[in-house]
Amino acid sequence: MAAVATERTPAPTPVAAARPRRRSVPVWRWVVMLIAAVYFLLPLYAALRFAGIKAFGTIFTQQGFGSSLWLSVRLAAVTWLVTMVLMIPTTVYVHLRLPGLRRLLEGITILPIVIPPVVLIIGVLQVMPLGLRATVWMLPLEYVILALPFAYRAIDAGLRAIDVKTLTEAAGSLGAGWLTTLWRVILPNLRTGVLSATILIVALVLGEFTMASLDLQQTFPVWIVLFDQLDAQMSVAASIFALLVTWLLLMLITVVATRQSRRSGGGEVTLFTVAPRETIGN
Amino acid sequence: MPTNEIAGNETTAAKAAQTVAGLDAVPGAGHGTSVSLRSLTRAFGATRALDEMSLDIAPGELVALLGPSGCGKTTALRIVAGFEFADSGEVLIDGSDVSGVPAAKRDMGMVFQSYSLFPNMNALENVAFGLRMRKVVGSARRKRAGELLDMVGLAAQAGQYPHQLSGGQQQRVALARALAIEPRVLLLDEPLSALDAKVRLQLREQIRTLQQRLGTTTLFVTHDQEEALSMADRVGVMRSGKLEQVAEPADLYSRPATAFVAEFVGTMNRLPAELSGDGKTATVLGITVPVQDGGPASGPADALIRPENLTVTPAEGGDGIVTGRTFLGAVTRVAVRLSGDTEIAVDVSSTAALPMAPGTAVRVSLPTAPVLVAARES
Repeated sequence: MAAVATERTPAPTPVAAARPRRRSVPVWRWVVMLIAAVYFLLPLYAALRFAGIKAFGTIFTQQGFGSSLWLSVRLAAVTWLVTMVLMIPTTVYVHLRLPGLRRLLEGITILPIVIPPVVLIIGVLQVMPLGLRATVWMLPLEYVILALPFAYRAIDAGLRAIDVKTLTEAAGSLGAGWLTTLWRVILPNLRTGVLSATILIVALVLGEFTMASLDLQQTFPVWIVLFDQLDAQMSVAASIFALLVTWLLLMLITVVATRQSRRSGGGEVTLFTVAPRETIGN
Repeated sequence: MPTNEIAGNETTAAKAAQTVAGLDAVPGAGHGTSVSLRSLTRAFGATRALDEMSLDIAPGELVALLGPSGCGKTTALRIVAGFEFADSGEVLIDGSDVSGVPAAKRDMGMVFQSYSLFPNMNALENVAFGLRMRKVVGSARRKRAGELLDMVGLAAQAGQYPHQLSGGQQQRVALARALAIEPRVLLLDEPLSALDAKVRLQLREQIRTLQQRLGTTTLFVTHDQEEALSMADRVGVMRSGKLEQVAEPADLYSRPATAFVAEFVGTMNRLPAELSGDGKTATVLGITVPVQDGGPASGPADALIRPENLTVTPAEGGDGIVTGRTFLGAVTRVAVRLSGDTEIAVDVSSTAALPMAPGTAVRVSLPTAPVLVAARES
């Protein structure tokens, strides 16, 4: 009898607890949403008011606009390429052969977030060979370092969602070499992780100011700051434009990545997590 | 003590070849590859995963390695596959040492315990992958992959991705993928253990039928004795990196070479035994029986006897008391407690078990056949 009694007692509790919660959740959700919206949108609105609609029509023809934007886009592309070529094989190798080093690698890759960019660039300028100093080639190398934490985590999450070891061995037993396995088996299943990393790298490079300005390169953010001294309204309009471009790019990548991932049974693509694949029954 | 019945190889191989010929006239069937493991030793730190393990597999034969987890059976299979390397010893395929050959060049089909299909490819592309690696052209590749999918009964699922297939279907595609490359040896690493019981049973038969039809030499690793006994031509029981016994399933069950094999395969009773001075006979339940080779020569011992080899009859003043009954269909397993708190199980026909309600006094006896004796467990 005692056992029956204890089984019964807890039953009503969740119901009782759920009722008030169910009522309060939407209210709080709206309050939080509202605060966040005000926090994020108010400055945007202020900027729009300040710049005026007319400014948007003329930014494209401003001197330096096209070249600086193009430079930033190229920098993003090179940074992306170098980061991927460097990080994908490394992370896969650590997963397969040196799983004990995963924590260490995680610790190392977090360093660029902990160390302020100003410190990084001053250090880099000290040791950089003279030929590379203040050249455009130095920036992608620095950006690769900045991108490391994001790239590593995104790829790591992607690798955790698949059984890399078994897939690699299966490919091996079927006659595939290391490169073929990486290209045909691991990479296609890492697509979501790679796209997450891409989103983060693009956003990072299109918005980076400190390093570019200290390296004396006129990237898009540097151009905006310089242009601000000539025409403040126009510069704010350019910032909003940059925000829009980045945002659209990110939306596009997320939508495409999620669609691709769903096709082969993967989950939704977000920045750090890749939903694990599900298998139906037996 | 470990018995390696190499002498039994030829007859088994001949038998396997006959079965293949009788089943189907597949070209190449019966001309399989021989595999020899010679004194393989592999240590991980202080533990010896493999300890001087040797095994010969005849062409076309299916040998199962059976043992508890950590006994080294998977390590042995992975060394044959080329995913691990032995510290010493060699693996001979058709007589030549493959120790220096990388996995990708060994021509071995492998089916893994965990689902190993490439998630980005559909079933047909998965099966065709190995052919693609062998540079088989597109149309021939698709045709052959299609045939193999048909062979495992999944022609209709060719266009489906792994996540759209059930676990059993995935393992069948994995089997088709492994067989597509016409492997010299098929390696099965617990391919059924992730599946539910019913699917497991079907797939077990399907693998065996295909293996016999194609005559592919197969090494199969499992911890499930039923699987090993029902599928294999011969079963090797492993413990602590060593092969305890390699024998045909019926032999393994009726004539286990060691106490470990006896107790790992099937249900086994331990009955207190008195060994005679020369260790050639033992007295069990007051009956003197000859002792099988391979046990201790003296000291406190237990006789190992299967439930179906004991008889039990209701008897006033008998030395045992029935403590429970389990109805298994034709037979009923009767649990008996003997004096000295020895618990044993005896299989009797279900009609004979009717009067043996729990609490009934019974007498247990055994035939005078040779028994296997083991050192007493404290």
